[in-house]
Amino acid sequence: MAEWTEEIAHVAGTDLAIVKGGQGKPLLILHEELGHPGWMSYHQALAQDHTLVIPIQPGMGRSPKVEQIRTVHELGLFYLWTLRELNLGPIDVLGISFGGWIAAEMASADSKAFRKMVLVAPPGIKPPDGDIMDIFAVTIGTQLNATIYDAEATPEFRKLYGGERTPEQFEAFEEARTETARIAWDPILHNPSLPYFLQGVRGLPTRIIWGREDAVVPVSAAEAYRQALANTDAKVTIFEHCGHRPEIEKGPEFVKLVREFLA
Amino acid sequence: MILMYFTERPYREVPEDEVIKNRGFFGVPNRFFDREAGSRLYNEYLDEMVYAEDAGFDAIMLNEHHGTPFCMGAVMNVEAAILARITRKAKIVLLGNPLPTFKNPLRIAEELAEIDCISRGRLVPGWVRGAGSESIFNQANPAYNRERFEEAHDLILAAWTRPGPFRWEGKHFNYRFVNPWVTPYQKPHPPIMIPGVLSPETVVWCAKHRYPYLGLGTALPATAELWNIYGDTAANEGYVAGSENFGYLQHVFVAETEEKAQELGKAHLFGGGQGAFSRPEHTLPPGYNSKEATRRLARTMTAGSGGFLGVSSEQLNRAKSNAEPGNLQAVADSTRRRLARGEATIEEARAAIYRSYQKAQDGLQIITGTPKTVIPKIRKILEVLRPGVFGVFQSQGPVSLADRMTSIRLLGQEVLPAVREIGKELGIVDPFERKPGARPYAPGAQRDQLVSLEPLRARA
Repeated sequence: MAEWTEEIAHVAGTDLAIVKGGQGKPLLILHEELGHPGWMSYHQALAQDHTLVIPIQPGMGRSPKVEQIRTVHELGLFYLWTLRELNLGPIDVLGISFGGWIAAEMASADSKAFRKMVLVAPPGIKPPDGDIMDIFAVTIGTQLNATIYDAEATPEFRKLYGGERTPEQFEAFEEARTETARIAWDPILHNPSLPYFLQGVRGLPTRIIWGREDAVVPVSAAEAYRQALANTDAKVTIFEHCGHRPEIEKGPEFVKLVREFLA
Repeated sequence: MILMYFTERPYREVPEDEVIKNRGFFGVPNRFFDREAGSRLYNEYLDEMVYAEDAGFDAIMLNEHHGTPFCMGAVMNVEAAILARITRKAKIVLLGNPLPTFKNPLRIAEELAEIDCISRGRLVPGWVRGAGSESIFNQANPAYNRERFEEAHDLILAAWTRPGPFRWEGKHFNYRFVNPWVTPYQKPHPPIMIPGVLSPETVVWCAKHRYPYLGLGTALPATAELWNIYGDTAANEGYVAGSENFGYLQHVFVAETEEKAQELGKAHLFGGGQGAFSRPEHTLPPGYNSKEATRRLARTMTAGSGGFLGVSSEQLNRAKSNAEPGNLQAVADSTRRRLARGEATIEEARAAIYRSYQKAQDGLQIITGTPKTVIPKIRKILEVLRPGVFGVFQSQGPVSLADRMTSIRLLGQEVLPAVREIGKELGIVDPFERKPGARPYAPGAQRDQLVSLEPLRARA
């Protein structure tokens, strides 16, 4: 039996590729800045009791670019529109890195669209200590390698994005980086207004997950997110000896935490 | 023919080790800038330009780069304004203003109109997308590079030619009151020229706008291929392209003896030369390349080349000209990669850079010698590319003012007159003798032969 399918939905005035798999209550997963990484162990585990709904961000993979989306906030509005059209609200959401930023923008615009929210090391808020890595001024290899704390100890790291480094994958990475740069180049991977608007979020249980050694978005931003979400129940979990990908680097613990939180 | 003088205005005092360690000129820490040296060099470069005009060059060319000792002309229009006043007859060719990096292109329209007025109509403005590093330095979104280029271009032309005041509401630029008081001296606007490093998209854009395209020392076979694309596009647009539609910039250094020329000519490769302009991640930030260019790039990458995760436009160009001896610095590039991985020393990297010197001369990427030895080489380039504008690129690196002036003097006394004769013999016409795009194309007719690779085969 196929674990997942990818289909094209016509929503929000465009075609949108959506990866789906699993069974149970729907869980929206918003993927990271290099695109959907493929069906990883954490997807497989969460799919045991959730129907995963993973839209491929417009401008990446089989989802055409939507020129009118010019900021991450507007991308959030696009996904809210999508959820309304698909009758998916209120839904649980898991936002990974850039996807976490998108989820936060969505919550700031309409916190009732979500039931519970999990944010994994999102950019979007300027960290009080340290800078968000300038992923646009490094090679793909540098960007990819910076996401992991201990590559040797993380076999699944090599399986991300299909594993093989083919010309096609190079194009896919460039396409994803281009789209991320297009909407998040300036200010550098954050929205100065986001902390203010997150104060308007109420009644949305939120779990913020970070790796202590995150080299892409400094861990200090975890507390900044928690403070911005002061008017809702937001808790922070930090994994030790972990970089920017807790879902890969701390797979079983991560899945346990998310599953219990969403239960 | 228009004979043009160009210098990058490099910061010649930067330690070469720092460039090699940094694996490129862009991003060398600015603590290596010394104000006394900078001040002296800026003044020397202005003097060189005046001297070049006196020596017989028809045009002087400036360019613009940011954050790099490779080129101190970070605000080219400032230098152009000074030259407008201190030169008398030379055309002032700007190749070019990096349009996508400007937040306020209307100001560029004003600056250039001032320069054109002060020079009494000698300005030849050109536009570039800017190297990727200019986007990084200027916080200009690379994913909108070409869109911003095209809109800024349209806005500047409108500001120069459309009666104001008018409103401009575009995708990237909005103005409530476009009404520059000073418009250009030349009407309807100054003649435009576009430089490039082998982007087919740019060549097609130039041909559609009937702008001459000037190749920046690009490998000859690949350049010839692109000029044919220009010619075909021109025919589709209903005009005949000829030598007036093309220019070429060439490293040329001349000294009184062959020995001295060979020694000083090496400086073209200082720090890795043009191939070390910036590291791949700075050359091609995300979105800088079109989808098609990214696809071409992806196809040139092979397993184990190390290219996948750090490719450069040089690699793309190299893929086109791999079989040619004009393939500059392939060895040096791979050594720089080894340097990055800690597998090579700075000395090894330096040796690799200079090992390519002879090869670069064989491929006519660098021309250095006495007037007697450089003239036949320039002839070959003119025979292959037939450019209406031929630019001489002054040496980079630690070459003294006296030696640079000697090169300019010898060029003026012996080389330029000979090159003019060759141009006449080959029937080369420049864009000021014949307006590019002025000759209509009769459908079905054979278009002009723009290039010939025969002279290169003869060499082999």
